[in-house]
Amino acid sequence: MSACRIPAAAAAAAVSAKGARPQCCLFRLQRPTPSRITAVTTARRHATTTVSANSSQHQQQPPITPNTNMVQRIDAKRRAAKAGGGDKRIQMQHAKGKLTARERLDLLLDANSFREYDVFAEHVCTDFGMEKEQITGDGVVTGRGTINGRLVYVYSQDFTAHGGSLGARHAQKICKVLDQAILVGAPVIGLNDSGGARIQEGVASLAGYAEIFQRNVMASGVVPQISLIMGPSAGGAVYSPALTDAIFMVRDTSYLFVTGPEVVKAMTNEDVSQEELGGAAVHTMKSGVAHRAFDSDVAALAAARDFIDFLPLSNRHDVPVRTTQDPPTRADPALDVLVPTDSTRAYDIKHVITRIVDDREMFEISPDFAPNIVVALARMDGHTIGVVANQPLVSSGVLDINSSVKAARFVRFCDAFGIPIVTLVDVPGFMPGTAQEHEGIIRHGAKLLYAYAEATVPKITVITRKAYGGAYDVMSSKHLRGDCNYAWPTGEIAVMGAKGAVEIIFRKSLNKAQAEQEYISKFANPFPAAERGFLDDIITPSSTRARIIEDLRVLQFKQQVNPKKKHGNIPL
Amino acid sequence: MGIKTVAIYSDADVSALHVRMADEAVHVGPPASTKSYLNIPAIVSAIERTGAQAVHPGYGFLSENSEFVRSLNAIGCAFVGPGEAAIAAMGDKIRSKVIAEDAGVRVIPGWKGVVRDASHAVEIANSIGYPVMLKASAGGGGKGMRIAWNDRETRDAFRVSSSEALSSFGDDRMLVEKFVESPRHIEIQLLGDKHGNVVYLPERECSIQRRNQKVIEEAPSPHLLPATRAAMGAQAVALARSVGYYSAGTCEFLVDPRQNFYFLEMNTRLQVEHPVTETVSGLDLVEQMIRVAAGQRLAFSQSDVSQPRGWAFESRVYGEDPYNGLPCIGTLDRYVEPPAPARCDSGIVEGGEISVHYDPLICKLVTSGETREEALEGMVTALDAFVIKGVTHNIPLLREVFARPRFVSGSLSTAFLSEEFPSGFTGHILTPEERMDLIATAAVLYALRDTRKRVWVRGGGTLGEITPVSQWDVVIGVAGVDNEVRVEKRAASWSASWSVDGQTVGVEVEELEWVAETPVVRATIRAAANGPLRRVTFQYLGAEGLGYTMIYHGTKYAVLVLTPLQHRLLQYTLPKRGVDPTRVVLSPMPGVVVGVSVRAGDTVRVGDELAVVEAMKMQNVIRAERDGVVRSVRVAVGSIVAGDDVLVEYEHS
Repeated sequence: MSACRIPAAAAAAAVSAKGARPQCCLFRLQRPTPSRITAVTTARRHATTTVSANSSQHQQQPPITPNTNMVQRIDAKRRAAKAGGGDKRIQMQHAKGKLTARERLDLLLDANSFREYDVFAEHVCTDFGMEKEQITGDGVVTGRGTINGRLVYVYSQDFTAHGGSLGARHAQKICKVLDQAILVGAPVIGLNDSGGARIQEGVASLAGYAEIFQRNVMASGVVPQISLIMGPSAGGAVYSPALTDAIFMVRDTSYLFVTGPEVVKAMTNEDVSQEELGGAAVHTMKSGVAHRAFDSDVAALAAARDFIDFLPLSNRHDVPVRTTQDPPTRADPALDVLVPTDSTRAYDIKHVITRIVDDREMFEISPDFAPNIVVALARMDGHTIGVVANQPLVSSGVLDINSSVKAARFVRFCDAFGIPIVTLVDVPGFMPGTAQEHEGIIRHGAKLLYAYAEATVPKITVITRKAYGGAYDVMSSKHLRGDCNYAWPTGEIAVMGAKGAVEIIFRKSLNKAQAEQEYISKFANPFPAAERGFLDDIITPSSTRARIIEDLRVLQFKQQVNPKKKHGNIPL
Repeated sequence: MGIKTVAIYSDADVSALHVRMADEAVHVGPPASTKSYLNIPAIVSAIERTGAQAVHPGYGFLSENSEFVRSLNAIGCAFVGPGEAAIAAMGDKIRSKVIAEDAGVRVIPGWKGVVRDASHAVEIANSIGYPVMLKASAGGGGKGMRIAWNDRETRDAFRVSSSEALSSFGDDRMLVEKFVESPRHIEIQLLGDKHGNVVYLPERECSIQRRNQKVIEEAPSPHLLPATRAAMGAQAVALARSVGYYSAGTCEFLVDPRQNFYFLEMNTRLQVEHPVTETVSGLDLVEQMIRVAAGQRLAFSQSDVSQPRGWAFESRVYGEDPYNGLPCIGTLDRYVEPPAPARCDSGIVEGGEISVHYDPLICKLVTSGETREEALEGMVTALDAFVIKGVTHNIPLLREVFARPRFVSGSLSTAFLSEEFPSGFTGHILTPEERMDLIATAAVLYALRDTRKRVWVRGGGTLGEITPVSQWDVVIGVAGVDNEVRVEKRAASWSASWSVDGQTVGVEVEELEWVAETPVVRATIRAAANGPLRRVTFQYLGAEGLGYTMIYHGTKYAVLVLTPLQHRLLQYTLPKRGVDPTRVVLSPMPGVVVGVSVRAGDTVRVGDELAVVEAMKMQNVIRAERDGVVRSVRVAVGSIVAGDDVLVEYEHS
């Protein structure tokens, strides 16, 4: 049978195509029935043995008939794998406020959808007495399942088994799901809870990390990858999550750092707690490494389900479309009064976003990092879109290093997965000052510029108020191939604000106030841009939702191809 | 009436409703009312520019300002209100009492003159006996008004009220009078023309007050006997005649349980609560005011309007925390007024702002009926469907008052709120039946949302077919009690069942009306086998974290919604490590710090004043809630604070 040499998932497809029941489990050797074929994979892409109860149907291979003893051995192994590190360690895990690897998968996936791979995997390490420390499954539970009916691949590190430490076999199991996910096109969700490299396995452990990194990079932009940090993740272990699209953390129980507090103390004499060094607060507010933080494993996993609901399965799938009772042409008169007429006054751009999208629902990414820009997934007319919006409520919505990087990464994420981008612009410019210049606002700001310029997904831009200077260009302007560019009547598209401009243009003028008025009536409005075709139209704020949805329909088969190249050279 | 209108507005009201509804609108200045709505020259110039022939002053700002009337007279523009002399006579609370006494109106014992200082206030208080009320001579609307029960409170009240009076009215003169216990606040609406005719309309009862500000009004009063009504009306008319009063005005009285009434003051303007009188009199008071201003005669006589027709309630929906009474501001992220027949008088639309500049009144909600019961039921239904999100509001309190047996029986007094909620309003307590309604409805919403989540129009990449589900198990937690609920979808209804104290309870939910993810949920519920079917309204304010925010009986509930598995595994979550709230004193609302009473190192005791935060022109004294030593004071006089900003930090104890 040809299934022998192709990966397990493809084998499953082949089997079901022949009329076997689709829930036929690849790795579960149950009481055989004549029509059921069960494949047991012992290692990735290696020898696959087919077991059948009815040898007469399979002439090519000699039958292996499981005897009672064999069934018992299999059951025993399976039970051992399920038990992980044993009751005592499970209790310790719970006492720390953490759930076990399997409990987490139960919460993440639809009921009864999990199909486990490599349940029988065991390490082959014999150094330092490791041969006596055998836990079936080798500290990680892997497989596939569904979230609201949609396929995902998962791995979940088991802190109760060898502290979730990563050895060769453990890494191999993770690599297998990554490979399969890339092959079939489905997201990968990693639940990280690991003490780090398995020191007893030496360089094999390091090799394992690198194998995973390589696959994370290959999967990047092909299938969505999400990392949930649900315990420690230190040293080499941090880089796999760092390569994925999103990192969620659990407050008080998860940490990410390259070197732990002990090493920090030894090397720099700095006293710092795990929480202060790499807790959820640090990474979601300060470093920007993680994108969301939650109060419990349960909440983090529920949010991961919601997040997956927004994403296409891969870069070759369409964005998912959900039913909605929110009318596509719904006008929202509140938008007509939302932007304060006094252009120095702030307003919450999130109110604009929720009024435009379906059901007022958005999934914000990095809400606490660089809050002067808002990036979020949402739906319009049931289709997933990405929203990038300057937030006037925080530092007037200025573009600085962190907000540029945050938005750039999100734009590229959307572009990679075919998610249309809606950009709401109210930006006074780039942040001035030595701090920003010396930290490299030029190269960081260029990332956002690059990301927008490169993106070929539908790009719709609405200028709600200010669009000043270089920041106007950057924020998905017409010149960066914006498909539909609009301004509200409150739009002000100019090189700079009136005060600054008057200081330059009318340096010698005595009547600054009059000059300012002249500048405002000439430039602080949407006409100069609209006259030149840089705006397609000036729209009534209340009609924004209807207009964007219409445009998204028009743009749904948009085709745009960048020049062929190995890859561009984004200013990293 | 076919009259073209011109609205005036400040910077803060550029997109307000009144501006959009008027034929023309004129800008009169920055947000601060002293520079806009109280700015007589700016308003006069607006009149001259637009050629307006008359001005209706509304019921705040310049409505009782005789100087404004003089300014209008000077440019030949009519003031839709009483004459300058009447305003001046009645506007001064000290003078008005003397005039009232002379006109044969019964008044409250008190000091008929300006109080010199705090010590003088204490002296007067002791001479007339506690409790006493201190109030601003120029005041109104409860601002600058306080009750004192002893010397210390009198001193405190004098200090705070007089400074509030100064900032609100530019006049810090205070008066002291006897405080009538267990009184009802009942007022007589007057209408007079320029030809000497004055009539009284059916009374309003405005006893439901907090901090002397009216919250709920009704007309007529469930307390007054016809004879009392006639006597009060006659005295009010006599007073009006004695000052040559015309246009609309109101005499406020306190009425004790034995139908004794005492004149408080006369408001020489249209009152906020005038809609209840309009409803039971059938008159449009603003129209009448305009007719009078135009010199027309009243087209009816006293006997036409003496008797109330039906019953009406008004709820003042404020931007205010119902639990501590502090004003709240913000943008109305959601604002959907209840449907007719409820009457909503408001100047705000969704997306608008309740700002620090003006009174935080959001809407006056008026319902009516043939009987008090009917009007009350209409009010409850309207409050349940009133959607407000973005600004904390007092609907929870309003809704609860209307549900209180004492209110339903009509046994009111101005102390109603403090007596019914002795330790402050803490939210509605669900009855077992109401709890069942909420649990069942939350469970049904879960089933509907779950169904929607599993149906993909496209891009599902689904493995196999999605099997339709008609039964769900879900854990619904309300107020700390979790219930494992089984929900089943029937042909046209839902059933939910769970166990309470070992007994299975079943709830039928029928005729469910809910547009997915929108706030208003209506259903007909049968909470007990063969029990009555009840039409109820919930609000669903969205799914956040592991549950829904829902409103029932006016009060907001964080309803936990979990799968049984989530519920079982959530038990292992440890409490979060957060900031110790007892170590810091937070500002209860956004505002300006106008006083700081402690310094780092001071030892404070419970009840000591720490700071004073002014918001919405109200000064709020922040007191120590526990003993301790002040580690640091994070604010200074003039600091602008947001809600929950740290004011004072205690030393570690």
